[in-house]
Amino acid sequence: MDPSGQIGQGLKSLIITAFGLMLIVVIPVIVMTILFAWKYRGTNLAAKYTPNWEHSNIIEVFVWAIPCVIIFFLAILTWQTSHSFDPHKPIASEDETMTVDAISLDWKWLFIYPDEGIATINELAIPVGTPIHFRVTSGTVMNSFMIPNLGSQIYAMAGMDNDVYLEGNEVGTFRGRSTHYSGEGFSEMLFDAHVTSDADFQAWVDKVKQSPDTMMFPEDYEQVAKPSIANPVEYFSQVSPDFYGDLIKSYKAGHGGPDSHGEHNEARESSMPMSAQAAE
Amino acid sequence: MFGKLSLDSIPYHEPIIMVTAAVIGIVGALVVGLITYYRKWGYLWTEWVTSIDHKKIGVMYFLVALVMLIRGFADAIMMRSQQALAAGGAEGFLPPHHYDQIFTAHGVIMIFFVAMPMVIGLMNLVVPLQIGARDVAFPFMNNLSFWLFAAGMILVNVSLVVGEFAKTGWLAYAPLSELQYSPDVGVDYWIWALQLSGIGTTLTGINFFVTILKMRTQGMTLFRMPIFTWTALCTNVLIILSFPILTATIAMLTLDRYLGMHFFTNDMGGSQMMYVNLIWAWGHPEVYILILPAFGVFSEVIATFTKKRLFGYKTMVWATAAITVLSFIVWLHHFFTMGAGANVNAFFGIMTMIIAIPTGVKIFNWLFTMYRGRIQFTTPVLWTIGFIITFTLGGMTGVMLAVPGANFVLHNSLFVIAHFHNVIIGGVVFGMMAGFTYWFPKAFGFTLSEKWGKRSFWCWLVGFYLAFMPLYALSFFGAMRRMQSYEQTEWQPLMIVAWFGAVVIAMGIACIVIQLIVSIRDREKNRDLTGDPWDGRTLEWSTSSPPPNYNFAYLPKVDSIDSYWEMKQQPGGFKRELATKFEDVHMPKNTAEGPILSLFSLFFGFALIWHIWWLVGLGAIGMFVTFMFRIFNKDTDYHVSAAEVEKTEREYHKRLEMQA
Repeated sequence: MDPSGQIGQGLKSLIITAFGLMLIVVIPVIVMTILFAWKYRGTNLAAKYTPNWEHSNIIEVFVWAIPCVIIFFLAILTWQTSHSFDPHKPIASEDETMTVDAISLDWKWLFIYPDEGIATINELAIPVGTPIHFRVTSGTVMNSFMIPNLGSQIYAMAGMDNDVYLEGNEVGTFRGRSTHYSGEGFSEMLFDAHVTSDADFQAWVDKVKQSPDTMMFPEDYEQVAKPSIANPVEYFSQVSPDFYGDLIKSYKAGHGGPDSHGEHNEARESSMPMSAQAAE
Repeated sequence: MFGKLSLDSIPYHEPIIMVTAAVIGIVGALVVGLITYYRKWGYLWTEWVTSIDHKKIGVMYFLVALVMLIRGFADAIMMRSQQALAAGGAEGFLPPHHYDQIFTAHGVIMIFFVAMPMVIGLMNLVVPLQIGARDVAFPFMNNLSFWLFAAGMILVNVSLVVGEFAKTGWLAYAPLSELQYSPDVGVDYWIWALQLSGIGTTLTGINFFVTILKMRTQGMTLFRMPIFTWTALCTNVLIILSFPILTATIAMLTLDRYLGMHFFTNDMGGSQMMYVNLIWAWGHPEVYILILPAFGVFSEVIATFTKKRLFGYKTMVWATAAITVLSFIVWLHHFFTMGAGANVNAFFGIMTMIIAIPTGVKIFNWLFTMYRGRIQFTTPVLWTIGFIITFTLGGMTGVMLAVPGANFVLHNSLFVIAHFHNVIIGGVVFGMMAGFTYWFPKAFGFTLSEKWGKRSFWCWLVGFYLAFMPLYALSFFGAMRRMQSYEQTEWQPLMIVAWFGAVVIAMGIACIVIQLIVSIRDREKNRDLTGDPWDGRTLEWSTSSPPPNYNFAYLPKVDSIDSYWEMKQQPGGFKRELATKFEDVHMPKNTAEGPILSLFSLFFGFALIWHIWWLVGLGAIGMFVTFMFRIFNKDTDYHVSAAEVEKTEREYHKRLEMQA
């Protein structure tokens, strides 16, 4: 585990602290098990044997108190960190928070940059040191959005507006993925997350803006929503104004909005040949 | 005529499946041939299939569990092999279409058709004997439970060859399991296999709950019950409260899939989050349904083989009760990452950790039972010591997962896989194997080979650590669960170690099979005539092995915990003397309605999967008619005459005298 984001680093130290706290009781238990098993082995007639001894107030107090004390401290830690690492909590920073929408599709990620008015498939770029507000939803089954090096994951669910705040503190390229099994192409539902300098980020945005393709809801969306496995990176230079909101609303309005959801069924069934291609 | 079913539904092009099917076919034909050759069909029908004897039903549950363990393990070794191969662009030998079915089937089989029947099988064999009863409260229902469970088990196995199984993961999360995303029959197999066996389990829960509360022998107050019976009681409370949730959740998914409803769909107001909540509202108690009886086994084993009273009996009982209650208020820890607020996540995280307190207390109590004892290192004791160490580690990683912050990075990773195998293998499997070795002589009248039992233990223990410690490590490098392939070649060495661990576990399973064969071969040498091979403490050891179908010629009287041990400590000790006067024993009659009703339920489920509507009707009518027949059947019980009881008891005492 080698986190490159402040959330990830915080979570790493949390895991180590919790681990250490529990070793206080786990190590003695394992030592006692081996020690007692050896000392009171049936052939060791020198060891004390008390066949009817079955209760001791002092021992009872200790066996309840020790786990209670450890769990007490862990509970405090849990309460505090549940709040401090709440994925919905904005990251305090001098830099302004940037919004990126992450939409899980079969079996790829569609990223929308509402402020820049661009979109990509299976590639993410974020400026280093800038808190990012990922708004996360799905155009298909449940997935989970995660860039392990940056920290927390959050579920992507159709018709639901979920979110997670993350920040990259080191320039680099990290693998992101869906961690929640979502069907055939799940294993290859990967993307690169580039954490870049501000200048490189701007250059990247400009590069995306060169693309002739656009991402308008619903017509362009219906095309990309069709199942594909190991979809190559794609850029879109223009995005309809409230793409993210429109997608979520499409599930709330009666029959799931545009026909895309109806076609989905056939598309998924016919995805077999595509996966065969991917395998080749 | 045959709905969606056609010859194309059989996966001829999958060599793995076809070879498996051929092996099953050959073995099956061999078994059928042997039964026919030795003319044992009548014996099977009257002594086993229609039996209402809780001991025989228990044996049948355990036998099915052992067979299914091999099936579930075959899935496991295929997954481990696939992951050992499919690194850095390599595709391995299993395409996603097949791999996804395998991990789903592995989970479903191991939980529903291995762990559950082991637990229920042991309860069947042991609980009535421990409480000094002659049978369960509802003997017919017990037979029906088993056969409904068997019908579910058959459906899962049919899916191997006819059609396919679900590709959704073992809990079939919606909306992936909805018709829109899983249009084929896999999820329907999952639905009907779980519905049939789940109803069987609910009936078992009710049956044993009533049995324990109403059929205890004279003097056995609740706080004199053996610990295994206590854990069985709590497990049955959990079954009664949680399995209806599973049944209802699957029923709603069924309505979505068959009648176009929208309980859990993406659109039309369906809520996938509701599905996840409901399935875990059952799923978490289910974990404790499995582990509590294992705790009970360890308590019995450790007291018997340390020749010492269980330390802190009352504490044990209250800890079990506390776990029972708490297990219902922790389900959200399975999806901290779904997006609940910090307060909700913190609450469920802390509740989860609190379960570690009574569990920790239990561990200490087992340790202090060993303290100042005289430990005999029999196979069940090895399983117990292996359990204490392994389970403590698994509990620790469980508490780590219960910290929501940590869970945000560990969720869905191999850490979760390593954790729950850590507690299920280290807890449930070790517990059931300890119980199997411990009570086998009670069921069959001879002990199992210690040599092969110990070999099995060491293979399982070493195999477990080799197979799952690498997964803990891999999770910290970002390895997720349910991956058919991965890019990172640097993960491959640890994946190969994990594969090797699975091979060692395979040797452990082989040792169990050899243990059975060798022990049956040497049964005369290992014969236990007394009925009490371990110098036991509880009532089941006071009767003969195997016990007569009425268990006790006279119902025992109890005035303490470990009552049989106390009887043996009386001046003069416990004498297996022949009573001077016998009386008629009231017993239930065998039943054909249980297996017949279940056979119709099998048709019913299979027909629903393939939309063969006439067969659905036939199955439903068949079930109804059989049920009515049972209801109006007044000829369901009989009396074993005093003369017959006397004859049985005299023969047993003759054997005892001959041995002396």
